Amino acid sequence: MYSLQPFKLLLILLSGVILLFIIAPVLGIYLSTTPLEIFETAKDEEVFNSIWLTVWTSLAATLIFALAAVPFSYLLARKDFPLKRLLTGLIDLPIVIPHTAAGIALLGFISRDSAIGRLGSAIGLDFVGNPAGIIIAMAFVSVPFLIHAARNGFEMVPLKLEKAARNLGASSSKVFLTISLPLAWRSIVSGLVMMFARGMSEFGAVVIIAYHPMVAPVLIYERFGAFGLKYARPVAALFIIVSLIVFMILRLISSRKKNAGT
Amino acid sequence: MLELKNISKTFSGFSLDDISFTAEQGSYFVLLGPSGAGKSLTLEIIAGLVRPDRGSVVLNGRDITHTEIHHRPVGLVFQEHCVFPHLSVRENIAYPLKIRKRKARDIKKLVNRLAGEMNIEPLLDRNPESLSGGELQRVTLARILAADPGVILLDEPLSSLDVQLQQELRSLLKDLNKKGRTIIHVTHNFEETIVLADKVAVMKDGKIIQSGTKDEVFHHPGSEFVARLTGIKNYFRSVFEWDGNQVFARISDDIRIRVLPEEKISKGFIIITGEDVILSCEHITSSVTNSFRGVVTDVIPLFNGYEIAVDTGVTFYSKISGESFEKLGIHNGKPLWVSFKAAGVRLLASHISL
Repeated sequence: MYSLQPFKLLLILLSGVILLFIIAPVLGIYLSTTPLEIFETAKDEEVFNSIWLTVWTSLAATLIFALAAVPFSYLLARKDFPLKRLLTGLIDLPIVIPHTAAGIALLGFISRDSAIGRLGSAIGLDFVGNPAGIIIAMAFVSVPFLIHAARNGFEMVPLKLEKAARNLGASSSKVFLTISLPLAWRSIVSGLVMMFARGMSEFGAVVIIAYHPMVAPVLIYERFGAFGLKYARPVAALFIIVSLIVFMILRLISSRKKNAGT
Repeated sequence: MLELKNISKTFSGFSLDDISFTAEQGSYFVLLGPSGAGKSLTLEIIAGLVRPDRGSVVLNGRDITHTEIHHRPVGLVFQEHCVFPHLSVRENIAYPLKIRKRKARDIKKLVNRLAGEMNIEPLLDRNPESLSGGELQRVTLARILAADPGVILLDEPLSSLDVQLQQELRSLLKDLNKKGRTIIHVTHNFEETIVLADKVAVMKDGKIIQSGTKDEVFHHPGSEFVARLTGIKNYFRSVFEWDGNQVFARISDDIRIRVLPEEKISKGFIIITGEDVILSCEHITSSVTNSFRGVVTDVIPLFNGYEIAVDTGVTFYSKISGESFEKLGIHNGKPLWVSFKAAGVRLLASHISL
């Protein structure tokens, strides 16, 4: 039998506090919301549209930016170049700055007065107050998660396998597509899901660039501001359920065994 | 034919200095040396993984010094297997063929043939995870052969395998060479060199310090370093004969040597260390089972004694002390008896009967 030393007791107590701190508020929402309320909210067209908008813009942000972010991660994992450390630090910038500040910075970049904004207007694409703007805001704050995961995945692929493939006649691009990418795939997928989930939950940067159309986090905020807690709560409950499903998928994928080789 | 001309490469703390050698078409060329001598680096330069500072690599008359890695007809087998873990054995062997956009039907045919040659047909649809070290090296070899390179480079291919598998793979490599493949083999192991090599280059500290045929290098080491590395002069190509339950190694028409039985070996080499070879003026009756009469043909002073070459039809080398040298009154042309125990003979297989 283990004796319960005071320190052990303290550890258990503190762990309990932290767990309760995380679980209690979320659980509280469901205790004070009836299933009927959640069901009714799901039928509310405005709520449904905003959740759907959140899901598809975040998915679009993830897939569009992955096209550049995954090859960039490969570069970071495989090549050495001057200022690499500085660059690696810069990638985390969107994570460490306040997201409203990130939104302000982005707004200056894509507003109608900027070069990119004018270019967009010329082809009929307005970023501000538009799903395109939402996608950019979501990608800005969530792409570091993908880059880190993919980079780790590529670093786990043994270099000698890539050398062996080159030796067997594969060009650099063929090696990337047939060896590195498949072997890092699980890490990349986990990064994609993480980026997707992070994009869905983004409020600060999105609200500055596009108050309308409303993504779910903005809608929750708006309902709270206009009608109070009682009206915001069912929307929050519904959106948490959707987010939890995404989170469970993420855990399912990343808990499987790593598939990178020996 | 592969030619290296004056290859040099400098890193901080190590440099490869003026490496030149020629491996004839169909020859088995061994680069022998201790770890850190620059052997693997030499292979990487031939394969194009590392660019030399100076010098050139010429394969079958074509200068490939600046050819891109994937355009070089050179197959490199790494020390540890490099089987792609996400592909089945079949897909691994087919990899270079798919890269070359060969027809699916041809790929299937060739993969089956190579798997047959490497004795891995039953493994074709397995995942690499479930294979043993020896099987993985066979898959690597089959995959290299699928690329049909002009020369095969082996970087310590046997060092991660146990003794039994080493024998099997040695015999496989020798067969490949007999079928006409030019092989450059890097090792620190003189036994591998004895069994496999036609020509040997000994490397030390980024330089080739001696090269030539196996007999030139092993029988006439140019320096003490080479003598220590090559170690053994008494090695003889042998066919193993069973006589009742006794086993003999036939090393010439007239001479066969009693050895301790070992399963499965049919052809190969025997080696006897110089210290195990006893010299005497008369034939001695003792527990020693191998005795041959010969004459002294060479006396080589060592720092702690002498090495005596005795021609009995084949030449045996014996290491003796200065005291014994005086006692036996050794000089060139003196008749002597050479004796050694069956237990002192080591057997190295190049062919095994299964």
